[in-house]
Amino acid sequence: MTEYVVRFFLGGIVVSAFAMIGDILRPKSFAGLFGAAPSVAFATLSIAVYRHGAGYAALQSGAMMAGAIALAVYSMTVCQLLIRARATALPATLISLVVWLIVAFGLLAIFGAGT
Amino acid sequence: MTPVRISFSSLREGHPYEYLVRFALGGAATVLTGLISSRYGPSIGGLFLALPAIFCASATLIEKHEIRRKRKAGLPGRRRGQEAAALDAAGAALGAWGMLAFAFVFCAIVETSISAAFVAASLAWLVVSMAAWYARQLHLRL
Repeated sequence: MTEYVVRFFLGGIVVSAFAMIGDILRPKSFAGLFGAAPSVAFATLSIAVYRHGAGYAALQSGAMMAGAIALAVYSMTVCQLLIRARATALPATLISLVVWLIVAFGLLAIFGAGT
Repeated sequence: MTPVRISFSSLREGHPYEYLVRFALGGAATVLTGLISSRYGPSIGGLFLALPAIFCASATLIEKHEIRRKRKAGLPGRRRGQEAAALDAAGAALGAWGMLAFAFVFCAIVETSISAAFVAASLAWLVVSMAAWYARQLHLRL
C-alpha cells in the first residue's frame, strides 16, 4: 500500500513539474514537447529499479519504445481530429486513446519488449 | 524561425483545481502503471510508461484558456482554441520521438549503470525532442 502512495505522490509531482514547464514555454508547438516528456517513466522506472532491479527496469523501458511510437501516432491523430474534423480537445484526445492502444499493443505483439 | 521564450502569464490564467487535476492524473497514471506491471508483467506495464495520461487534461486546458482569452477580446475563440490544442498535439508528436530515444538509451545502459542510464536517457530525450522541433521549424520555412 505504501508503495502505491509513494507512486501517486512521486508521479503527481513529476508530471505536474513537466506540465508547468510546458505552460510557461512559447511557442505552443515547442511547449508541446513537454506534453510528451517521460514524466510517468521517471517516477515508475525509479521505483522499478529500487524495488525490482535493473533487469526489470530494462524490460519496462524496452516495451516503452512501443508506447512512445504509439504516442507519436496518437498525437498526430489528435492534431488531425482538431484541425480537419474540427472536434474539440476532450473528445479528440479521448477517442484517440483507442489508436494509442491499438498501435502500442500491435507493436508489442509484433516486435516484443525490445521494439 | 519562431524564437523559444518563457511567458509566466499562462500560470496566472490557471485555476488551482486545474493543477490539482493534473497532479491527480499524473499520480493515478503512475499507480496504474505499477498495478499493470504487477498484474501482467514489466513488458505490458512498460507500454503504459508512454500513456498520454495527462494529455487529455493539458489539451483541454490549453483550448479553454485560448477561448477565454479570445472571449475577453470579444471574439468567439472556439476555432482558435482548437488550433492552440492542435499545435500542442503537433509538439507532442515530435516529443514522442524524444521519448523513444529516452527508452532506447535507458534500456541500453540501465544494466551497466543506473545513474548513468537516467542522465543519458534524459539528455537523449532533450536532444532528440529539440532537434525534431528545430527540424520541423526549418521544414516549415522552406
